[in-house]
Amino acid sequence: MSRDAGRLSLILLFTPFALWILLLIILPQIGIGYVSIREKVGINTYEYGFKNYVDFITEPVYRNTLLRTAWMSILVTALALVIGFPIAWYIAKIAKERSRAALFLMCLIPLWVSDLVRAYGWIVLLRETGVISMTLVKWGIISQPIEMLYNDMTVIIGLVYTVILFMIVPLVSTLQGMDDALLEAGYNLGGSRITVFRRIIAPYAMPGIVAGCIITFMLTAGSYLTPILLGGKNSSWFTEQIYNQFITRYNWESGSAFGVSLLVFTSFVVWAGLRLTGQSLATTVAKE
Amino acid sequence: MKPTFRALLAGTAMVLAGGTANAETLRLLTWGGYAPEDVIAAFEAEYPDIDVEVTLSNNEEMIAKLRATGGTGFDLAQPSHDRVYAAQLEYNIYKPLDLSQINTDAMTPNLLEGVKANTTIEGEVYSVPHQWGTSGVMANMKEAPEVAGWNDLCDEQYAGRTSMRLRRTILLGTAYGMGMDPFALYADPEGYQDMLDQVTEKLIACKSVIKTYWSGGDDLSALMLSGEVVVSETWDSTAFKLYGENPDIVFVPPETGALAWIDTFTIPRGGEADDAAYKWINFVLRPEITKMMSASTGAIAAVPNGIDLMPDDKKAAISAAFDQEDLDNLKFFANIPPGIEDMEGLALERIKAAN
Repeated sequence: MSRDAGRLSLILLFTPFALWILLLIILPQIGIGYVSIREKVGINTYEYGFKNYVDFITEPVYRNTLLRTAWMSILVTALALVIGFPIAWYIAKIAKERSRAALFLMCLIPLWVSDLVRAYGWIVLLRETGVISMTLVKWGIISQPIEMLYNDMTVIIGLVYTVILFMIVPLVSTLQGMDDALLEAGYNLGGSRITVFRRIIAPYAMPGIVAGCIITFMLTAGSYLTPILLGGKNSSWFTEQIYNQFITRYNWESGSAFGVSLLVFTSFVVWAGLRLTGQSLATTVAKE
Repeated sequence: MKPTFRALLAGTAMVLAGGTANAETLRLLTWGGYAPEDVIAAFEAEYPDIDVEVTLSNNEEMIAKLRATGGTGFDLAQPSHDRVYAAQLEYNIYKPLDLSQINTDAMTPNLLEGVKANTTIEGEVYSVPHQWGTSGVMANMKEAPEVAGWNDLCDEQYAGRTSMRLRRTILLGTAYGMGMDPFALYADPEGYQDMLDQVTEKLIACKSVIKTYWSGGDDLSALMLSGEVVVSETWDSTAFKLYGENPDIVFVPPETGALAWIDTFTIPRGGEADDAAYKWINFVLRPEITKMMSASTGAIAAVPNGIDLMPDDKKAAISAAFDQEDLDNLKFFANIPPGIEDMEGLALERIKAAN
């Protein structure tokens, strides 16, 4: 009886998760993979093969955009880590118990506003006739309004702002578990600040760092609105090209091939990142 | 327990069934501004048993949505006249119109004939015209009084002060500006690719001149009204709207001819409320409704005297922009043959990615 009840509760608890994974992740991926190996040979006639992937590899525009997207995503991830770590450290270790919740909330509030609105916020601030440029002119710091929008720098700032919370949260939760005695011991044994950071804090925080980096990298590489709204005339983003294939060119086959390529490539970057830093998913993300 | 549950189910089913039986729903798939509140209110007042449900979209997304569902989910769509033929041929997402149910006498004869010719497949007509307008150039006459055509978008003297939308219209306009005729090349894919290559080269060289690519009417309005941009590719309706706020900003029909589009009425294959759809079509073509519609869309109704039925401020903007010669010189978008969009798409991506 109790064994049956246990089994039943396991099934009941597990079913939503299994359905979610199956219906929203696995089945669509299989569908996309299937569409991506269909070649269009004429009106309503298809054959099977890898032409869509060959087209993707042989056309430099797509290749370069994917590499560019990956490179900028890595940059955004690194910046989010560098900026987010001190914030996470402050929240987890220095802030008083009471202000901790308030600080966390302050990090969270920007996420209550949609991506679109946040991007427009940046546009209002940064455009040539925007708040910052006009204020500087008024104060006499610059004589001509300057354009701060429509370049890669703006895209990176906007993206870091969007994803940094996903870096801070895992870092805070990892750092909170760290015993302050470890730090004291480090200093007592004559370690400098840098040594203590390198030998004690960084290794301890590694699960948080890896989790945060994977989440921010994947979110950035897959983001759509921010690069398009803030980017300039040269700022192609790979998700934009996937959208173009699907929507403006009605080319679902090629769009699917792009989607699969993005997934494979970003997974490869994550794998390579783990290898290079000597980490593995099992010892970081899944570690308790 | 069980009877209660069953009663609940039955009750829910009755509510659901009753909901659909009482009021028919007309699901419109259309452009922003093409189903203004006051028109919907007037329509629902006349036909109290029809509920109007609006989904806003654009040409590409309309086709993508209908393709994804096999033409179901909507009862009336409004793609542009050049986007119906190939989409119908490839994806079979529309159904033929019953012209006897449409008051075609209310429509401008040459627009009606043009759209019918463009959207007839195996003797069946798939679309009739609703509103039309043009794409061309808009200029702030104080800053750029000499603007006359597509080529001025890439003129060095306006460096950092011009804008365009990176879509197929600018490819076609630039081709005309360079002295080519893209629509004549539709039948000759190699010639078309050759033309696209030349246009691509020109638009890549042009990137140092333009400030940014705009992506929507609001975006463009902000750029023009703030004075950040003085010359831009535009839809005429956006230019007419801006003329009301700043009379220095006028629409300039390019000397090679403004590119004209006609948005149509087209019924999706899986549409479930054809009667309501025909009622809507005939309703919005009435002169008094046309006026409300044009005030909202900024485009011209495909009815005789369509321009006279525009609100006064828009009428002034149109007469400031077009004379009869410009109207005679309009270049109507030709049907896009299958495959052309792929070639154009690659050209656009090359331009966007180039440095």
